[in-house]
Amino acid sequence: MSRLQELANKARGDGRKLLIPYLVAGDPNLASSAQLMDELVAQGADIIELGIPFSDPASDGPVIQLGVERALAKKVTLANTLQLVRQFRARNQETAIVLMGYLNPIEIMGYEVFADAAQDAGVDGVLVVDMPPTESAGLHEALRKRDIDTIYLVAPTTGEARARDIIQHCSGYLYYVSLKGVTGAALTDHDSVAASISRLRAYTDLPIVIGFGIKDGPSAAAMAALSDGVIIGSALVNEIGKLADTEQQDAASLSQCCAVIGSARKAIDNLK
Amino acid sequence: MSSTEKLTEHYTGPDSKGHFGPYGGIFVGETLITAVEELAAVYNKLSRDPAFWQEYEYELKHYVGRPSPLYFAERLTQACGGARIYLKREDLNHTGAHKVNNTIGQALLAKYMGKTRIIAETGAGQHGVASATVAARLGLECYVYMGAEDIKRQAPNVYRMKLLGAHVVAVESGSRTLKDAMNEALRDWATNVDNTYYIIGTVAGPHPYPQLVRDFQCVIGREVKAQALEEFGKLPDALVACVGGGSNAIGLFHPFIDDREVAMYGVEAGGHGLETGEHAAPLSAGKPGVLHGNRTYLMTDEGGQIQDTHSVSAGLDYPGVGPEHAWLKDLGRVHYVAATDEETLQAFHQLTRMEGIIPALESSHAVAYATRLASTMKPEQNLVVNLSGRGDKDIETVARIEGISL
Ligand SMILES: Cc1ncc(COP(=O)(O)O)c(C=O)c1O
Repeated sequence: MSRLQELANKARGDGRKLLIPYLVAGDPNLASSAQLMDELVAQGADIIELGIPFSDPASDGPVIQLGVERALAKKVTLANTLQLVRQFRARNQETAIVLMGYLNPIEIMGYEVFADAAQDAGVDGVLVVDMPPTESAGLHEALRKRDIDTIYLVAPTTGEARARDIIQHCSGYLYYVSLKGVTGAALTDHDSVAASISRLRAYTDLPIVIGFGIKDGPSAAAMAALSDGVIIGSALVNEIGKLADTEQQDAASLSQCCAVIGSARKAIDNLK
Repeated sequence: MSSTEKLTEHYTGPDSKGHFGPYGGIFVGETLITAVEELAAVYNKLSRDPAFWQEYEYELKHYVGRPSPLYFAERLTQACGGARIYLKREDLNHTGAHKVNNTIGQALLAKYMGKTRIIAETGAGQHGVASATVAARLGLECYVYMGAEDIKRQAPNVYRMKLLGAHVVAVESGSRTLKDAMNEALRDWATNVDNTYYIIGTVAGPHPYPQLVRDFQCVIGREVKAQALEEFGKLPDALVACVGGGSNAIGLFHPFIDDREVAMYGVEAGGHGLETGEHAAPLSAGKPGVLHGNRTYLMTDEGGQIQDTHSVSAGLDYPGVGPEHAWLKDLGRVHYVAATDEETLQAFHQLTRMEGIIPALESSHAVAYATRLASTMKPEQNLVVNLSGRGDKDIETVARIEGISL
């Protein structure tokens, strides 16, 4: 069983909701990303989604676009991102790491080379935003062969037959996109999320986590109550945008930057 | 199956998933999958319905002014001293370019799908104008995404779109050109997917766009076929078209793919020269990757980032190209070449002075290569250049390059 699956099973057994922050690798620089990852763990992250910088993030809103642009200004690559994971793994064997990004950097590296490097670095799961299951055969196989989970999105626009098909391909967790739009948009319609999650629940035992539009303790608690966990991206990346571009972040800035994760942890733990 | 074997068969494509060989497909975020699948289903149905094509053809005749002439460029032919050069006059279409062939067709799809809002991306502004035009005519709300850089260099078209009632949204992200405008249009679509139809302006994007845009542009090649037989009693020996995303080129080429005796040349933007890296010629100098919904040749660095492009013409300044061109390149059926900014400007002036036709800078790339090619061909041979658009929109750019302020 993969680290991700073990971790999710244990959380379910303990009645603990998964807390999954998203940050862009190399934003504002690689050294800061490493410090941020440790701080996120300290504030209660179970899994970290690490964004692979890409020049054309067509599914992301302005906040994450800016995070990506900061990383690209430092010329951060997929290879650097994998190196960041490898270094993190040397310090931490518990927290799962999921790489999230767009296909082109992986395609250019080559699926087998990427899958080898990801396994070697200690990556637990991969989510490629612009690669639906119908187009994923080669990469999917390369990852599964190496026990790396393949995570897919389900959106409010996804029909029932398609959702079942996606679930067949998915492992680790299923990522439910809470709204029609891009990352960073405002989440308003809690009722339709609840209805969708309960429909999905009928088809799968996979952990279902909710992302997009979760920005603080209350929204995290509301979404965690419906699901197995929550992803917080733009709200964190927005704080990261306020950090100084220095190689050594001081403890107070790091803790303040990641406070949104700490408060989400408290809020979702209070649900019990 | 090797590419040469493939070529002995009747050419078809794409397959039901939108693949042209290894290229094409559907690579978009999950939120948009249902929308592109719905569009594919609607198009699949309507494209089998003769009434749909009748309506389309009525529009082309009465609103666009088709058929466009096939014009013998006599003085240009004499100057080149080789094959007879004919111009397919897409510049005479309503709105001044081939782009309207596509927007008319897609506007009909939007109408059948009951969408009330249209979005489009644009580089040179020609597709934006063509989209704003059909939106005005159908009374639909229209948002056009345009890179902030392009807004600066295509001011007349920006104003035309506004006159037509469209909202022109300046895109400030990334390189602030066409590719970023397309990213922003995809974001808008994901957000407003219920009421919005996205009119993509070229044969790129996720399936079914490369197929349906091609089908709407094929009127160009079908007309040329009939006009050639009438004018010189046989098929042309060579076809030449500029390639940005590749819609005017595929529109000319596609009806001739099975006519193996017709040589075809797609002319990419060579910018400052392929060797400088400052160009927009993914087929000539790029490699396969995935961008904007499909797998195709791209300008991408070794880390997989999309590179900035350069071309004197905003309409060719795009790092990708339609997936069918990628496949036709691998099959060896179409030759892809490049013309530099400098050659293009020369051709712009040459055509203007010799034939009294001011071509778009995009189309001037095709003219530049065609004059080179014609001089290597025999006088009894015939060459057709797609004059994809007129150059009024570019006169400020040309003046600026030549140090003239208007
Ligand atoms: C006149 C003209 N020709 C050609 C192009 C390039 O597009 P395509 O390669 O899709 O024909 C444009 C795009 O703006 C254009 O305006």
